[in-house]
Amino acid sequence: MPLAETHEIHKRRFGRNFGTALCLVGFCAVVFGLTIAKVREGSLLEAHDHQPRASALPISEELSQ
Amino acid sequence: MSDYTAQTATETRTAESEAGFGDYLALLKPRVMSLVVFTALVGLLVAPGGVSPMIGFTAILFIALGAGASGALNMWYDADIDAVMKRTAKRPVPAGKVPAGEALTLGLWLSAISVIMLGLATNWVAASLLAFTIFFYAVVYTMWLKRATPQNIVIGGAAGAFPPVIGWAAVTGDVSIASVLMFGLIFMWTPPHFWALALFMKSDYHKADVPMLTVTHGRAETRKQILIYTVLLVPVALGLAFTAVAGPVYLAAAVVLNAIFLKGAWDIWRRDEEAAEADGYLVEKKVFKFSLLYLFLHFGALLVDAIWRLI
Repeated sequence: MPLAETHEIHKRRFGRNFGTALCLVGFCAVVFGLTIAKVREGSLLEAHDHQPRASALPISEELSQ
Repeated sequence: MSDYTAQTATETRTAESEAGFGDYLALLKPRVMSLVVFTALVGLLVAPGGVSPMIGFTAILFIALGAGASGALNMWYDADIDAVMKRTAKRPVPAGKVPAGEALTLGLWLSAISVIMLGLATNWVAASLLAFTIFFYAVVYTMWLKRATPQNIVIGGAAGAFPPVIGWAAVTGDVSIASVLMFGLIFMWTPPHFWALALFMKSDYHKADVPMLTVTHGRAETRKQILIYTVLLVPVALGLAFTAVAGPVYLAAAVVLNAIFLKGAWDIWRRDEEAAEADGYLVEKKVFKFSLLYLFLHFGALLVDAIWRLI
């Protein structure tokens, strides 16, 4: 029997593997989309630029200045 | 039998019984999932506040996946009775395509994934409700009450009634009178819907030792129970009209639909088996078909009212 011969079982296995792969890709896409949606929902993000600024100081200190 | 013959026989058996992707999908009961998706979507869309489309989509996806997980757990546990009944004998586990252990593993993993993902996407109230629904369907209904009492359909209906409550909680983070009434609508609708089907689909539940009302208490009692549950359903359906989620469209739809459903249940109760057999269960079949429309139109009307409010 030639090694390359395709049996119906190979098609079924391919279908199963392809389906699983699609599910995994879909799951990654959902997690990515969800992350973007969650980040957009949150408050403004400010990176630390090593310079003192009003929004980075505790409220009491800000008021005393 | 030579080694070669034995090996070939084993390979043939394995090849015939090896599952395809569709068999694993079938474990998730896709038809039940469609009802879950629709009612959860309505619960999510009519809830005050609203969520971003991506979060809403994720919530519905994982509510549906949770429902699928409980379906897989149900097929794992019920494989013995599914094999006996004609209607369910071709399901992946009794047909020998998916080993029972794999159905259990799939069900448990999907349960965990759906609950955790719903919690991360929305809130932990919605996630807890989903976890409870899976537990209720898989353990309370499937493992315990399904084989113990003829009221199994009534109790099992609770699991099918939770999706709009979960959809609502995904947005608001709580349970309100409106979401409880949406639950009540599906819960009270399930018995007359299913028993109308049971009257004309003479299923082989008795072979599997599952107590069904038509077998344990007789068909006349089933007809009476259909009327009782329909009468109890009416105030729940109309009560929902007086909450903030409903409007004139729902009220008009509820009045008309409940009048027709009540008339159908009355007609079923008034008939006896002889009359039903004479016309091939015409009334029962009509009521069953109408019951599908009844639920779809109630939730559809809620959606129309929600869109109406936005305009």
